Amino acid sequence: MDRLLNVVTLLSATLIVVVLASLRRAHIRVEYSVSWLAAGVCLLVLSRAEGVLVWLAGLLGIEDPPLALLFVSFSVFLLVFYRFSLIISELKDANITLAQRVAILQYELQALYEKGQAQKAG
Amino acid sequence: MRRASGPDSLLIIVPAYNEEGAVGEVVWEIRQVMPEVPVLVIDDCSSDCTAVVARVAGAEVLSLPHHLGLGGCVQAGYRLAYELGYQYVIRVDGDGQHDPRDLPAIFEALRESGCEMVIGSRFLDGPEQHTSFLRGLGIRFFRLVLRPILGKPVRDPTSGFVGVNRAALEIFSRSFPLEYPEIEALVVLQRKAFRFAEVPCRVRPRRAGRSSITALKSFYYIIHVLLGVFVNVLKYDGRPRRR
Repeated sequence: MDRLLNVVTLLSATLIVVVLASLRRAHIRVEYSVSWLAAGVCLLVLSRAEGVLVWLAGLLGIEDPPLALLFVSFSVFLLVFYRFSLIISELKDANITLAQRVAILQYELQALYEKGQAQKAG
Repeated sequence: MRRASGPDSLLIIVPAYNEEGAVGEVVWEIRQVMPEVPVLVIDDCSSDCTAVVARVAGAEVLSLPHHLGLGGCVQAGYRLAYELGYQYVIRVDGDGQHDPRDLPAIFEALRESGCEMVIGSRFLDGPEQHTSFLRGLGIRFFRLVLRPILGKPVRDPTSGFVGVNRAALEIFSRSFPLEYPEIEALVVLQRKAFRFAEVPCRVRPRRAGRSSITALKSFYYIIHVLLGVFVNVLKYDGRPRRR
């Protein structure tokens, strides 16, 4: 059990460091880092506070606390992925609307330009 | 593109992606059949000369800045048509499979029937044309699925040869299924208590290029469309169906 908890501690600490480093380099926006940082902190706390983990395992009806930790990790990352699916869907919709609007504006601009050229020539 | 004028203003839109081998002839044929009607080719960021060929053939071209897929491409045309004030829009695919000689029949049905959508159906007259066994099976399956949802049978739910009036145009310019739009579009209209009709039309083999639909994509298509139909049924706003 100790080894698994140590591995989770190491992984969650790495996750937090990587996200903070990405934030510092502006590779990730603050609003999108919150989910990852929250997941990292949650797993870090659970892997270090054995009492909390045992209490949580009892609450979930899981006999083995490390299994409870795996279950919680899985649930946390599922939530994070779901949140990002929502964000991606929203961005895709916005992107399509924007692309269509750009095409229409470009089309109208071209029509105005051609009209101007025709008036000049006439 | 001139702004729409008159109560029967019609725009023909042609979504096209890498169709340089076919789109010129499609535009030319449309202009032979309906010389007064403006033709708008929506180029879905093709990597070939689709836009140039379409312009040379006499069409206006709306060029998308990046590839949006069929639904996004068609919706861009609907948006522009709506903003320019057109009353009717008919979509003709850029691969040459739709026969422009059927355009007058679709246009007449749109004006005369009062339906918000008219579908050019391959299956109303005689045997099924240019449809593979698997595709035919898929069409039969969706007929069965759509029958109770639409409240009436639809013979060719996957046809892209479709005309819409301004009421449907308003809806589609705001909300249009982005992938595999034909079937979902029917359910979207049903949610608004709109009506559709079918008129017989001819379908020909592709003029050039290859269909992008593979066996795996067909499977994905069925799952995707079923989910889309299901979601749209859930969104039904509960208004009574108009007859």
